[in-house]
Amino acid sequence: MLETLLPILIFAALGLAAIGAVRRIRLWRQGRPAAVPLLKGLAALPRRYLVDLHHVVARDKAISHTHVATAGGFVAAAVLMILVHGLGLSHPILGGPLLAASAAMFVGSLFVARRRRNPPARLSRGPWMRLPKSLLAFSAGVFLITLPTVGMLPAGAFQGLLGGLVALLLAGLVVWGLGELFFGMTWGGPMKHAFAGALHLAFHRRPERFSTQGGEGKRSTGLKALDLEDESAPLGVETPADFTWNQLLGFDACVQCGRCEAVCPALAAGQPLNPKKLIQDMVVGLAGGSDAGYAGSPYPGKPVGEHQGSPHGPIVAREGTALVDAETLWSCTTCRACVEECPMMIEHVDAVVDMRRHLTLERGKTPGKAAEVLDNLIATDNPGGFEPGSRLHWAADLELPLMADLQQVDVLLWLGDGAFDMRNQRTLRALVKVLRAAGVDFAVLGNEERDSGDVARRLGDEATFQSLAKRNIATLSRYRFQHIVTCDPHSFHVLGNEYGELGGVYDVRHHSTYIAELLEAGRLELANWKGGSVTYHDPCYLGRYNGEYESPRSVLKALGIEVKEMERSGFRSRCCGGGGGAPITDIPGERRIPDMRMNDVRETGAELVAVGCPQCTAMLEGVVDGPAEVRDIAELVADALVANAPVARPAAEAVEVTRRPAGKTAEEMI
Amino acid sequence: MRPEQQGIEVAVLVSVGRHPITGRARRADQDARGLELALGLERRLPGSRVSLLHAGPHAEENEAALRGYLGMSAGTGLDTLTLLEQAEGSDAIPVLAEHLAAAPPQLVITGARAERGEGSGLLPYALAERLGWPLVNGLAAVEKVENGVATLLQALPRGQRRRLKVRLPAIVSVDGAAPAARQSAFGPARRGELAAIPVSAEPDRELAEWQLDPARKRPKRLKIVKAASARDRFKAAAAKAEGGSGQVLEGVSAEQGAEAILKLLNEEGVLR
Repeated sequence: MLETLLPILIFAALGLAAIGAVRRIRLWRQGRPAAVPLLKGLAALPRRYLVDLHHVVARDKAISHTHVATAGGFVAAAVLMILVHGLGLSHPILGGPLLAASAAMFVGSLFVARRRRNPPARLSRGPWMRLPKSLLAFSAGVFLITLPTVGMLPAGAFQGLLGGLVALLLAGLVVWGLGELFFGMTWGGPMKHAFAGALHLAFHRRPERFSTQGGEGKRSTGLKALDLEDESAPLGVETPADFTWNQLLGFDACVQCGRCEAVCPALAAGQPLNPKKLIQDMVVGLAGGSDAGYAGSPYPGKPVGEHQGSPHGPIVAREGTALVDAETLWSCTTCRACVEECPMMIEHVDAVVDMRRHLTLERGKTPGKAAEVLDNLIATDNPGGFEPGSRLHWAADLELPLMADLQQVDVLLWLGDGAFDMRNQRTLRALVKVLRAAGVDFAVLGNEERDSGDVARRLGDEATFQSLAKRNIATLSRYRFQHIVTCDPHSFHVLGNEYGELGGVYDVRHHSTYIAELLEAGRLELANWKGGSVTYHDPCYLGRYNGEYESPRSVLKALGIEVKEMERSGFRSRCCGGGGGAPITDIPGERRIPDMRMNDVRETGAELVAVGCPQCTAMLEGVVDGPAEVRDIAELVADALVANAPVARPAAEAVEVTRRPAGKTAEEMI
Repeated sequence: MRPEQQGIEVAVLVSVGRHPITGRARRADQDARGLELALGLERRLPGSRVSLLHAGPHAEENEAALRGYLGMSAGTGLDTLTLLEQAEGSDAIPVLAEHLAAAPPQLVITGARAERGEGSGLLPYALAERLGWPLVNGLAAVEKVENGVATLLQALPRGQRRRLKVRLPAIVSVDGAAPAARQSAFGPARRGELAAIPVSAEPDRELAEWQLDPARKRPKRLKIVKAASARDRFKAAAAKAEGGSGQVLEGVSAEQGAEAILKLLNEEGVLR
């Protein structure tokens, strides 16, 4: 009986799965076109899956092993089952491996089931609670029906009344399993992650992220530019169908593991953002419907079931509610913690900025102080609306060499907008002192420098970003230099990773990297650290955006500091709350992100937190009753310089005691 | 029963502004507030129509600034700015008056003062005189429009408001008391249409005779608060700085001048 039933079941499930796949692909194809090398992508798929994806999954060893057993077992069992039971090739050479594969899958499924007994809050429930049972049913069913094939049960075991009942029962298990694993894979069940995920890896919008046989994948973090010349091209994303098709495919790949929500600073602060829910809302949008079926944690303060959308309907309503509320999009600090953690390699930040672009460029609805900041950037080339000619006032006594006078130097020191902020001016003065002590041939653009465009771009104002970027690129093209060095990781990121697309290719280094190089070359002599214990806060735009975790630590080590690491450091560093224009749009939450970060500092017991970013400095120093002093690495190095530097310096270096009024952040001063 | 409110035609006169720090062309602050007021009216009174009017040269620099107003039109019915094209240095008043008289709107909104050029603030008055329409300055809000009569709220110094009834058509001018302008968005600004109408250019002869110098910031008089009580402090904070005890020194030597300044600084308690 089974010999006739199983092929019918298997091929019926495969046929339905194929129909579902076509329907699903048509949903993705609602998106805008994107140039993707299809065959090359498919060829790269196995490596992307086995190497890159598992590199992320393996950060949690237990779940990685579970997944290898379950998924590996399933893929092998499915293929062999089609051969053995579907096509009737019941040879023990195939039957033996089929037994092994289904057994491995069964064991893996047991671990999946165990994880589902008391699932952490980050995991979605709903249909996902059913998945381990389906996996167990499939693997057990396939295992048992295969036993006669290899002769472990007599061939007539499933004959007769009793045998027939057992056979029906087993067939039932297999149907359940086939339904979840074959049919559900393309019809929107939890197993959709395997189908969409595989294709998403193949057709990823940032193929350079993945490793190749030649070597490691490149960090690909720069936002993609909008084509502003083409007046018919949409400015950002208004409806789900405005995403490119491979972005939609990427959203559909989400496995709802919630690793993103576990690390999201906005969610932890009680702001109305949950990266997992955002991606699921995009899935709701691409298929059309309401978010009532979502079974994970909601956006804080926003009950599930009140939002709905359609592929060609607006994501953010002009009035009332649609798929997502605007404040959800504006809560993101663009810290990339979610992207870094996502095992499916989904690009959350790209999607958030795409949607912000529409709100800013088409609707003029950037919240909070953003409209003012953008107007300032347009009119004065800096977010604070300061007189552009006053960019060097902090250095009136330093006689900084200007690019306009020298034309050619080794190092172009990019000041960033911190030049207008009294706290960052101390960092800049320290950095100048260090560069002079090492005898570096450097110069600044001075008043020719403009805002890099970072904030404008994160706020969705691509037009202002490109205007600033193009003018900066034109200025830089007039001079000759080896590297750009900056103490602002945001400028570092924009100049190094985002200007390239607009024609400005530079070798940019963060000041900690450059100081580490100077130390290595023996050009700086430092006294030993005499202060208390120190921890280090990794800025998002230095660490996750640019992969620089080592240099700041090696500089601190050279100072004789042993860093007391925070629990979340390195690529898991928690955001200070200052990125992505978040302090400007200022979406209310229950807690402040910098307060949480200072609590991380408190837990280490450190008396000082070393930072390498003006935003982080401002955010962390703005914490009331902060447990630790906040100092930039440049300041620590400048203080430790052994006197008699090789280059004679102006005498007025002692004016570094100016302090910002307590409790004032740079944003407030703007 | 709600009194009947009908939609009205509103023309907003806009100029090319000048950023106070960098001097770059921009949408002028007061004119943008005027447009904001008009768009608010369009929302409240169904059937209203807002039109934008500018008289001046059609130059590239001006165009970006003028498109700044069109950038405020997202989600509204506004999509065109009528540009009465005339050469630089021409008198805008006759062409504006002619254009408005040809198809009179019920309400004309202008800023109180331009940010470049003469900036005398006389344009609304000159227009009102030519058209024979009433003029209300310092407008804070349009409360309602009924049967051709508008109820307006006029802003007076220190937060006071005066309610006025004005028969339409009328000209109103807005200053800093009007609601702040909304953000200007890139997309609608780029798409909006600049409908240029060439008009006869009447050179502004008076202006041609003037000598223009960049304005200097005037020094502000120091305000020294010697208040003992909260009430005094409040009164001092709410009061305007008053002059009156000034002294003009003419034909004195540098030494005498310096002595007079020193004396004043001592009196004011700046030097001790």
